[in-house]
Amino acid sequence: MTLRLERLDCRVGGISILEGIAGLEAQPGEVTALIGPNGAGKSTLLKAVAGLQRANGSLMLHGQELASLSLEQRARHLYYLPQEFGSRAVLSVFEAVLLARRTRIHEPHERALRKVQATLKALELEPLAERDLSQLSGGQRQRVAIAQAVTREPPLLLLDEPTSALDLHHQLQVLDWLTLLAAERHIIVVIAIHDLGLAARFSRRIWMLKAGRVAASGAPGDVLTHARLRDVYAIEAHIEWPDDEPPRITPLTAIHSLGR
Amino acid sequence: MTSAMPEPLVTDSISRYRIRRRRQRRLILGVALLTLAMVIIDIATGPSQYPLRDVFMTLVAPSEAPEAMRIIVWNIRLPVALMAIVVGVSLALAGAEMQTILNNPLADPFTLGISSAASVGAALAITLGVGIVPFADTLLVTGNAFLLALAASLFIWGVSRLRGVNVQTLVLMGIAIMFFFNAMLGLMQYVASAEALQQLVFWSLGSLSKASWSKVGLATLALCVTLPVFIHAGWRLTALRLGDLHAQAMGIDVGRLRLRILLCCSLLAATAVAFVGTIGFVGLVGPHIARLLVGEDQRVFLPMSALSGALIMSVTSILSKTLVPGILLPIGLLTALIGLPFFVSLILRSRKEMWG
Repeated sequence: MTLRLERLDCRVGGISILEGIAGLEAQPGEVTALIGPNGAGKSTLLKAVAGLQRANGSLMLHGQELASLSLEQRARHLYYLPQEFGSRAVLSVFEAVLLARRTRIHEPHERALRKVQATLKALELEPLAERDLSQLSGGQRQRVAIAQAVTREPPLLLLDEPTSALDLHHQLQVLDWLTLLAAERHIIVVIAIHDLGLAARFSRRIWMLKAGRVAASGAPGDVLTHARLRDVYAIEAHIEWPDDEPPRITPLTAIHSLGR
Repeated sequence: MTSAMPEPLVTDSISRYRIRRRRQRRLILGVALLTLAMVIIDIATGPSQYPLRDVFMTLVAPSEAPEAMRIIVWNIRLPVALMAIVVGVSLALAGAEMQTILNNPLADPFTLGISSAASVGAALAITLGVGIVPFADTLLVTGNAFLLALAASLFIWGVSRLRGVNVQTLVLMGIAIMFFFNAMLGLMQYVASAEALQQLVFWSLGSLSKASWSKVGLATLALCVTLPVFIHAGWRLTALRLGDLHAQAMGIDVGRLRLRILLCCSLLAATAVAFVGTIGFVGLVGPHIARLLVGEDQRVFLPMSALSGALIMSVTSILSKTLVPGILLPIGLLTALIGLPFFVSLILRSRKEMWG
């Protein structure tokens, strides 16, 4: 019961964005981090899995080929949270999260309300429940978007930089919660993220992209090495290996231009 | 002496959501009652003014009312008052859904030139002068209006899909369409017979005076066809306000939804124009009032937009009969005078807030 990507190619406007993506696997119950510099193809990869970007190749989820499914069918198996979360619709936080649930799950209204409430509580959003989206800060809106994603209870959750606008407290809180959620619900969570420290800390597996190709994949300790950080990110970093803990990464200096 | 107890603080989000929903429902009920009151005032207003109580009694128990009053109320004024309501609802619904699907606060059948296109369609039918079978002329006018309204809508839809087209460009495109169809209308007026010219002027100014039960019935039919589509797509339309990518991620076929809704909006705009002519800005103002009062959850936004449109039309109908004693002003002129300042303020505000 895994997500497996093989021979994935994607071109946008004649430019190759993803080329020969293969051997990427994500397991239920754990968080997989998708990392790589700007323009490496992280968002395109997630969109391709979600069916929002045309791509060639094999996208297998629990043994089923995702490409054979319509957008509506795919949305029953997965949810893609886009990077952009700037909607200023005149909807309350509660209405917006309820909307996300009602477009996915048919159930008694009372149950939907309780589920939405539980999601808001978990993301510390309950005090803001009646606030309109237009009255929220960027970070608060991003947490609402995460609440919308999670309340749909998809077996596969694809999150595109879900913590980019969050303060440190909420970055840790959200990632902690997503890790717990992946384990409790036995779902696959794939998170595109820039912070290598957070990626190492919260994921059991890392997919590293460079210029539309897979640079490495595997356990954080195997992927995040000095040589790879130099090659993929063009940085020198200090990497610590505490016992029984994920690696701690401190970027030190940029060594040359990445060229993208 | 006892001090007033402070209201208990409701911290539970479900309870607060329920309070919000009750408030929204109360507002909808309030606007509905206000609209109903305006309908009665509208019926009472005219060359011979009737007491409201008598109008109410004539509506409730027509057989007990004096014959002259019964005929005037039931055969002349009630169709006009109801036509104002049906047209107000149609235009406001069309405006609300066009604003939603085009993600554009300035969209409505009038500002995007769709009403003008429908007017030209109607004018074509009039100048062709076909009307042998009862209702066939009405259907021809409506059919023509619908086809041209649809063509204009599809053009707008196509433009909205182009890269780099923003809210302002789309409105400018609408104005261009309006100019084009107004020029066409002018051309037809130039070549039309005296009798046809009179009808064309009626179409370009907008008037409720030609309302009849059969027209009210047909316009209501258009509402009955489109309303279930809007209600069925309610959640998906609300999701569209979160942005295309979010809606698609929720499994919504955004392109197909837009096209289906645009088709319905065209039908509503076309029937409204075919029966009462070009009436501007109701489709713009109604949804904005609704948005302000109850927000954009379609479960409440849709009925509130419809009622706001009906209320505006009903009040304007009363004003058209009372502003200049003895003269019935074209209702389209009045809605334009009321709506234009609102439109300008929206243009100035549209860069900020709400439609980020």
